[in-house]
Amino acid sequence: MAAVIPDPLDHHHHHAPSGLMRWLTTTNHKDIGTMYLIFSFVMFLSGGVMALTIRAELFQPGLQVVQPEFFNQLTTMHGLVMVFGAIMPAFVGFANWQIPLMIGASDMAFARMNNWSFWLLPPAAILLLGSFFVPGGATAAGWTLYAPLSVQMGMGMDFAIFAIHIMGLSSIMGAINIVVTILNMRAPGMAMMKMPLFCWTWLITAYLLIAVMPVLAGAVTMILTDRHFGTSFFNAAGGGDPVMYQHIFWFFGHPEVYIMILPAFGIVSQIIPAFARKPLFGYASMVYATASIAILSFVVWAHHMFATGMPAVGQLYFMYATMLIAVPTGVKVFNWVATMWRGSLSFEPPMLWATGFIFVFTIGGFTGLICAIAPIDIQIHDTYYVVAHFHYVLVAGSLFALFAGAYYWLPKWTGHMPSDRLGKLHFWCSLVFFNVTFFPMHFLGLAGMPRRIPDYALQFTDFNALATIGAFGFGLSQLIFLAVVVKCARGGKPAAAKPWDGAEGLEWTVPSPAPYHTFEEAPLVK
Amino acid sequence: MNAARAVRLERQNRKLLLRLCVGALVMFGFGFLLVPFYEKICEVTGLNQLLRPDHIGVFNTQVDASRTVVVQFDANTHDLPWRFEPQMRSLRVHPGELVQVAYEVSNVRGEPVTGQAVPSYGPQLAGQFFRKMECFCFQQQTLEAGERRLMPVVFVVDPALPADVHTVTLSYTFFEVEGRRQTSEAPPPKAGPRQRTS
Repeated sequence: MAAVIPDPLDHHHHHAPSGLMRWLTTTNHKDIGTMYLIFSFVMFLSGGVMALTIRAELFQPGLQVVQPEFFNQLTTMHGLVMVFGAIMPAFVGFANWQIPLMIGASDMAFARMNNWSFWLLPPAAILLLGSFFVPGGATAAGWTLYAPLSVQMGMGMDFAIFAIHIMGLSSIMGAINIVVTILNMRAPGMAMMKMPLFCWTWLITAYLLIAVMPVLAGAVTMILTDRHFGTSFFNAAGGGDPVMYQHIFWFFGHPEVYIMILPAFGIVSQIIPAFARKPLFGYASMVYATASIAILSFVVWAHHMFATGMPAVGQLYFMYATMLIAVPTGVKVFNWVATMWRGSLSFEPPMLWATGFIFVFTIGGFTGLICAIAPIDIQIHDTYYVVAHFHYVLVAGSLFALFAGAYYWLPKWTGHMPSDRLGKLHFWCSLVFFNVTFFPMHFLGLAGMPRRIPDYALQFTDFNALATIGAFGFGLSQLIFLAVVVKCARGGKPAAAKPWDGAEGLEWTVPSPAPYHTFEEAPLVK
Repeated sequence: MNAARAVRLERQNRKLLLRLCVGALVMFGFGFLLVPFYEKICEVTGLNQLLRPDHIGVFNTQVDASRTVVVQFDANTHDLPWRFEPQMRSLRVHPGELVQVAYEVSNVRGEPVTGQAVPSYGPQLAGQFFRKMECFCFQQQTLEAGERRLMPVVFVVDPALPADVHTVTLSYTFFEVEGRRQTSEAPPPKAGPRQRTS
């Protein structure tokens, strides 16, 4: 992107290598942020192609496009690629670009480690995607890699395990870097409770990452040793228990879903005040709500496992604890709406995405509450209702917030305004097609259509055909975003240092595009 | 940024880096700690006690002759070169009655093989009312090459079994314990496990 090509007037930049070596060796937070964002977009497209293949197969009952074995690989890899390849690296990319700019630091705390965090990702992605081509194909155990299936899979599973190890290491390094940067590198006067909310949500997310990514690494290591080294963690014959895998996995997995949504809350909390031209309503309560969501995320994991035959007492505890999370989440939604209340609103693309986020994410949050009710969950467990629920929070939540953030900060990154017309087209196409895709899945799930199955009973045909049409519309709409970014990087209306009149924060005090080096002299925050 | 501040910051950063790395390592260990923790919880709460004998005296053993339950016996092997089947397919028992049945197992491979049987019940609910006093599933079983053996199961159906349960299926699956198969040489993975595994 044009934003990171060094400014010829930049006197600090003397002996930087050029071409490929520049990108391989760079320690600049803006370069690394850009690489993270490009990487995650590539992964987003490849995960999207898998999703569209799944939807093509489900367009009609019967088997037309792919065989069941390959279908299972696709559902598994779609999940793994989107979670570990697209959403998480995209948020780390935002953190790299924005956190130093927002807190007035010159770079991340450990610039060389930052380079490593990124460059671990492409090999991991190659391992993961390359596993389609090994004998037996990619892992088909579902993205949760449940034992005993994951213990029995072919060598594609080993590729996935190593890919997860590497991506986990990358995430932990990235998270450590973010914690140290935020805690130690803030400009004088930038007190914790003055920090932009995006930094707060990322600080809390980074702590979650440090706490749970190692647990996932442990879980997949146990699968690996069960597979090859004769241990029996999950092997019932050797005294192990496959249900224990689910407990360990979801001890990671539930905080993980907040890892994917808290930075999204942060982005939305930056954008809503900017376009409502009012300060964020209830800043302190937003910080506390984020922290309580993070803490609660450690004590609710077994709500993913209501169908494993847990005792009623356990079901009741996990049900009530899960419903408790609706309280801090409700505080957040309330605060966003209260920020908009009587604001002088304008709906440029970032604000459209952020407002769309509030609408659609809240639907997903609400279906989450329904799934949390144990007796209902027994009915809808592993049906399309669950698929609808988590796509409402991950696509309409995380992804919409990522787009909101991209439109909001593209002027700062590239120095040009993104196309207003294309941005709005992208938003409306995405919103409509997203709902066409995923809303019918609620009905399918309630009617009992199981997830992860390549065929279905005839009565589900109409809703599935509708969902497939929506999915292709949604997938193609994302090419508009690609066009917007390419156009914006190449040229367009020059952006002012502060292109959005209501925007607040240190990142708008530096010129657009942000110079290669910023805040070498720490700014004073009053 | 003046030099003194830069040096101080460098030191602070390294200290925090070290602490966070230790935190990550501790959490990696914690993942493994969950294993004994899980086993302890299961032991304390009495969950998942499939492979331990029940003792007479902890429940009512009065025979309820007014009621008859059909117990069906099922046997499976999971990638094991054994022939494994019950001596009888089903039996009518009264709740509270002490019953002994036997399964016949033979090793058809030309070398000793160790296996572990894991029981499961249908309906699942019946599991907690099915008391096994003696079972070959309480230990791993090693069969010499070509050995054939009769293995007993002694059980009582608890009279507390809900009245609407008329048939209980006891299903065993034998898994091989040693010499696990090489996954890389395994045939391409199927869409699901070939047999129910528990």
